[in-house]
Amino acid sequence: MSKAQAVAYKQGDYKSKVKPIWCPGCGDYHVLISITRALAEIGVAPEDVAVISGIGCSSRIPAYTNCYGFHGVHGRSLALAAGLKVARPDLTVLITSGDGDGFSIGGNHFLHACRRNVDMTYIVMDNRVYGMTKGQPSPTTEPDWDSALSPGGTGLRPFHPLVIALASGANFVARTFSGDPNGTARVLVEAIRHPGFSFVEILSPCVTFRPDEKEWKNMVHTAPVEPTDDAARAARRIMTDDGFNLGVLYRGHRAPYQPEIGTASVDVADLEEAFLL
Amino acid sequence: MTNLTNIGDLLAHAYQIEIEAVERYQMLADQMEVHNNSELEKLFRKLAYHEGQHAEEIRTQMTDANVPELKPGEFRWAGPDSPEAVDLGDIHYMMTPWHALQLALKAEQQAFAFFDEFRRSASDPDIKRLADEFAEEEEEHVAMVLKELEKYPEPDDDWDDDPDPPVSPE
Ligand SMILES: Cc1ncc(C[n+]2csc(CCOP(=O)(O)OP(=O)(O)O)c2C)c(N)n1
Ligand code: SF4
Repeated sequence: MSKAQAVAYKQGDYKSKVKPIWCPGCGDYHVLISITRALAEIGVAPEDVAVISGIGCSSRIPAYTNCYGFHGVHGRSLALAAGLKVARPDLTVLITSGDGDGFSIGGNHFLHACRRNVDMTYIVMDNRVYGMTKGQPSPTTEPDWDSALSPGGTGLRPFHPLVIALASGANFVARTFSGDPNGTARVLVEAIRHPGFSFVEILSPCVTFRPDEKEWKNMVHTAPVEPTDDAARAARRIMTDDGFNLGVLYRGHRAPYQPEIGTASVDVADLEEAFLL
Repeated sequence: MTNLTNIGDLLAHAYQIEIEAVERYQMLADQMEVHNNSELEKLFRKLAYHEGQHAEEIRTQMTDANVPELKPGEFRWAGPDSPEAVDLGDIHYMMTPWHALQLALKAEQQAFAFFDEFRRSASDPDIKRLADEFAEEEEEHVAMVLKELEKYPEPDDDWDDDPDPPVSPE
């Protein structure tokens, strides 16, 4: 009998004792709830899950879970996670990131992670701003967002993560809203179960640097169409939406990338020796 | 309306409502602790304690009934969250007890509405009796929060003025 069958896990089993230091009202609190809810739904043991992140407010999530975690280098979470999943295919690997971490400094990794299609789930809390470093515009920020740090707006065309994910080969693409913790948990369950690279963009307001995003709860709506397995069709749909359509957009059928794992010919002591200064 | 068809189902949902309310109030208390708002931390811990007691009362009733072990996605809530869970998006680091109690009031009213609607539509007398009991309990909580609110006048409009705001001025 597997561990999951033997024990019914509760949401609280996936939460650590570390108290989050996000600003009160931050959407990321809800995302933490949705992730732990989804894991309880799936019933995977906390020690069989690894949560990997880069840097940013959103990237703090590994510390707040009771799973294995790695709070890594800014923008490099996907590289770390892919290495881990390939070496330990038995683990459920989640990556938690922000729009800065994931699409600026980590943008190139994003393209290749979609293309490579390793079986893991990439959760990006998109607040269209760099929260942790005090409110600089990110690749998803609207061109006319006026702030002290970008007077008059950047004037730059925003990056479209879902279209890029589709064009680059992600096998599951969805968008949710943090303020709908049950809806987000349902999509995360599906994303985690779907083979290959799953990408879930969660619109998660930064109430401190983007107080205007408190309005998102009145702007989001469920997409009026069913998910498709036709990437071109999905891309056309999402290119013309208003940015607030929620739901699963695309479910692909590509086989995940999982190379044969060789047996290590060196032991840990040999590896350590190579790093000695 | 959430369609609950037997006592076990009702108890499972009622228990989950309280457990999630406890978790949510504890999260809020932790947030206030982290942000040095000790007055609200105490208030949220108190609310968590009351919800915990209610959860315990329900748990004792669950031993005799055939209560299903539901996974998070199997609960049938009408909204995006369970009815008594405070919306974390409505929290502000400078909020006052008045604001906190307004949120608690909304949560209690939602819980009352959940059981009230259910008792009205239930045809089985046993289910109706239990739903009545839960609705009355939530009504008492609403009254308790309203009483607590009498201690705190509505703050002035500038309650969130921060002399050192996180966003640098233009
Ligand atoms: C190599 C490197 N460059 C820059 C930074 C500074 N930095 C920290 S977090 C961050 C952006 C975070 O934005 P996002 O990923 O959107 O996360 P949020 O804080 O909004 O959740 C930046 C630029 C860093 N830590 N490391
Ligand atoms: S700065 Fe923004 S993203 Fe960071 S914790 Fe605060 S509200 Fe959340």
